[in-house]
Amino acid sequence: MPKKSFRQAVNEALRQEMERDPSVVVMGEDIAGGMGAPGEDDAWGGPLGVTKGLLARFGRGRVLDTPISESAFIGAAAGAAATGLRPVADLMFVDFMGVCFDQIFNQAAKFRYMFGGKAKTPMVIRTMYGAGFRAASQHSQCLYPVFTHIPGLKVAIPSSPYEAKGLMIQAIRDDDPVIFFEHKAMYDDEDEVPDEAYTIPFGEANFLREGEDVTIVAIGRMVKFAREAADQLAREKIDCTVLDPRTTSPLDIGSILESVRETGRLVVVDEANPRCNMATDISAQVAEQAFDALKAPIRMVSPPHVPVPFSPALEDEFIPSAEKIGAAVRSVMAAPARRAA
Amino acid sequence: MQLNRDDLLRAWREMRTIRAFEERVHTEFAAGGIPGFVHLYAGEEASAVGVCMHLSDRDVIASTHRGHGHCIAKGCDVKAMMQEIFGRAGGLCAGKGGSMHIADISRGMLGANGIVGGAPPLVCGAALTAKVRGTGGVAIAFCGDGGANQGTTAEGMNLASVWKLPALFVIEDNGYAESTASAWSLAGDPVKRAEGYGMPGTRVDGRDFFAVHEAAGEAIERARKGEGPSLLHVKLERFFGHFEGDAMTYRAADEVARLRAERDCLASFRRRVTEAGLLDGAALDAIDREAAALIEEAVSEAKAAAFPRPAELLTDVYVSY
Amino acid sequence: MPDIAPLTMPKLGLSMTEGQVAAWHKADGDKIAAGEEIADIETPKITTALESPAAGTLRRRLVGPGETVPVGALIGVLADPLTPDAEVEAFVEEWRARFAAEKAAEPEAAPPQPERVATPLGPIQVLEAGPAAAPPVVLIHGFGSDYQSFLLLQPLLAGRLRTLAVDLPGHGGSTKELPGADPASLARAVAAAMSARGIQAAHLVGHSLGAAVALALAEQEPARALALTLVSPAGLGPEINGAFIAGFLAARRPRALAGVLAMLFADEQAPVGHEMVEAVLRAKRLDGAEAALSAIAAANFPEGRQAHSLRRVLADPARPANVVWGRHDRIIPASQAAGLPPHVKVTIYEDAGHVAHMEKPDHLARLI
Repeated sequence: MPKKSFRQAVNEALRQEMERDPSVVVMGEDIAGGMGAPGEDDAWGGPLGVTKGLLARFGRGRVLDTPISESAFIGAAAGAAATGLRPVADLMFVDFMGVCFDQIFNQAAKFRYMFGGKAKTPMVIRTMYGAGFRAASQHSQCLYPVFTHIPGLKVAIPSSPYEAKGLMIQAIRDDDPVIFFEHKAMYDDEDEVPDEAYTIPFGEANFLREGEDVTIVAIGRMVKFAREAADQLAREKIDCTVLDPRTTSPLDIGSILESVRETGRLVVVDEANPRCNMATDISAQVAEQAFDALKAPIRMVSPPHVPVPFSPALEDEFIPSAEKIGAAVRSVMAAPARRAA
Repeated sequence: MQLNRDDLLRAWREMRTIRAFEERVHTEFAAGGIPGFVHLYAGEEASAVGVCMHLSDRDVIASTHRGHGHCIAKGCDVKAMMQEIFGRAGGLCAGKGGSMHIADISRGMLGANGIVGGAPPLVCGAALTAKVRGTGGVAIAFCGDGGANQGTTAEGMNLASVWKLPALFVIEDNGYAESTASAWSLAGDPVKRAEGYGMPGTRVDGRDFFAVHEAAGEAIERARKGEGPSLLHVKLERFFGHFEGDAMTYRAADEVARLRAERDCLASFRRRVTEAGLLDGAALDAIDREAAALIEEAVSEAKAAAFPRPAELLTDVYVSY
Repeated sequence: MPDIAPLTMPKLGLSMTEGQVAAWHKADGDKIAAGEEIADIETPKITTALESPAAGTLRRRLVGPGETVPVGALIGVLADPLTPDAEVEAFVEEWRARFAAEKAAEPEAAPPQPERVATPLGPIQVLEAGPAAAPPVVLIHGFGSDYQSFLLLQPLLAGRLRTLAVDLPGHGGSTKELPGADPASLARAVAAAMSARGIQAAHLVGHSLGAAVALALAEQEPARALALTLVSPAGLGPEINGAFIAGFLAARRPRALAGVLAMLFADEQAPVGHEMVEAVLRAKRLDGAEAALSAIAAANFPEGRQAHSLRRVLADPARPANVVWGRHDRIIPASQAAGLPPHVKVTIYEDAGHVAHMEKPDHLARLI
């Protein structure tokens, strides 16, 4: 099977869905690039080249460059979705949600409920997240917990190129607004990705490996680190389950609980800041629903409660690593077994 | 654009229905039957009706928190609207939206909106749909003088102009953003803002249905021909407070009474059509009685209607989840 | 036999580069018969038993359970009990040195890759391996599977035969537009793939539904089928396990699917690995795959019965035919092998289930 990068996987998903469905349009700042400028057309294909080539195939009518005006075009995506298109809007960096969040959480997310089930808003917002690019505090955040908090939104966070293509096609075909998180440090990751279109359903966690000792739940780029940690731990005879929820809304809490009931130990790895993130949410749900199954305290591996720093020396310290995950797993293995009540 | 007798009767019926609806909601709210926040459109009827007379179901409007008039002018069911305002299961939004979120997508009514300045970006999207699909439809954003100062309005106008969208921005300037005078808060001239975004801007007197109708017609025609967006700055009057329960201490003591006497768009319309011999008073009176009866029925039905079942709390969040 | 025989990490599948010794079933000093199961070998795709290549005494286990080593690496030594330890030691040293030298000298050849070939019925994915001039064998998988069904068998044949494993329409990397869902229609796609590869006639090896497809192909184009080897074939009787078909169609998660796939094997302990389960799930997610599989299931196995009988095709005594079954087949009962014409060679494996080509690949390779 052909190996493709995360960037190619997303591009292929967009291209195939645009070919399949004429109501799919893409829009965003520099989504083609060079609009109105004397040089090349399709100069950028998105800031990191993800949408390169769509312009030549689908033309200006469906590949829409926008002014730097997130409120206007994210809101336009919502209005277009509510009236019959399937727009995919590129909110370049999720950090820019601050200038357009009303259009997302007060408008798109709430149409269906406020209008008594008579509206559907099939839009996708693609957005880059995550640290590791030396991009500092305003271009590196993992704000998916904020979107997960909002009823009416779905949140997909693919952990590999294969996942990215299948989840993107699902997102485009989905009738609800979907926020699609792409980790900027993963675009060159490669994976076997089928040429054909396929969908990965939302709300079904992926078991990447199954072990008996500890359940590691990891999100997005952290899945890769969790697998590395699990490989190392296997050499130390610690047998881990690695679970990728794929979507934080809907969240497959059922699979997480099922796994924790088997292993009795849980480590949650989340690149988002530690207060009210996915790790706290998942931990709370497990504590509430499977407390009796826990043999050790839950451990959360997240960055500290600080903005993402610029200096490589600080940023590397900020990001959760396979080593930190390994240490957390060893600590729950070392915790004295709880006395029976 | 020439208005025939049927058009004039229709315009009167819609404006009269809006006025009767709002006057009655005012008294019902005071009596305690209506939950939540309510913002009334009485005094502004010529704007909604003058614009929406040009539209059909393929056209889309997005409204404001003061949206009842736009809903009625765009063809929403009046009885279902009343049930919605009373929070009943048979409401236009099944009782989940209320006064600030009445919508009927099937009629091209993309919602009243609780967020000031919410509509312009949405309307860019609706106009884009019309353009991509080649429906010939137009999309219209209503916002107030308060909403005119939101960044979303500025961004929406710029995008609509850059994308050359079939859109119209209607600034309904009723003199007050909540309790703050637009004379103070609206810097410069909205018509010149339009010029700044490369689109035609026109100021019209919202007391004059015919002026609104004509100006809107030109702008909508231009949009349908693919010539891009326009702006309409409608100067009009708000006969009630910002919201129901507003004591309006910021207004002059006799201000509302004077406006009702001098600047009522309904009175102006009636005088114009009867003096010109286009319609007779009896025909208009008959419509008044029908509008009153419709609202009476709407209120008594709404009061008798069932509330949503508790299980409805959890439905309609997603298409699938 | 030589005094000392090596046990090496087998190549389970054309793309396997390393494997893990999951468990030893024998201890140092145990006497072993040829063909006896000595250890379990595990890859991310499948776990399978290592059968002893020779008789002897297990003198050394060189790789502990859980250890992963490259294909071809020495994992144990068999020898006569009287062979001195020093000789065994020397054998190990010499083997290891030679293996390391060979590895260094000869970089691993890239494994053959599946290709999508254009046919008038749409793209058909094939995996070809073996010398182009050798007699051809076409491998046709069963319901819901793909060319990887022959993961273990194909490498054993590819040394001496030109092997072409074909993904049926609706399956794997082939078109999801069915030319029809019955065996005769699916057979046209196999014929089209053979033509596209310049193979006019071949020994057809079919498993389960693929066996019915092979029979249908032999019936509609007799010259294409030089011989038939049918593994747990569909088309010979009415019974089939409807729960398996329904469970396969319904399963969307790895665990559920692993449970269904376990029914294929005689062992309750499913030997299918995470990667194999994931590959099946990924194939099911492709656009059109679920609809195609449902249509094939409905056309061939409605309500837990087989809709098509192709027994008549085996009547021709001029065409050599093997029918192979596992006694513990839980999908199509081995009793359907009864009553076949005398020229059909029937082989029943006492310790196999529905997938003898995965459970007994060496025996099956010798039959073909």
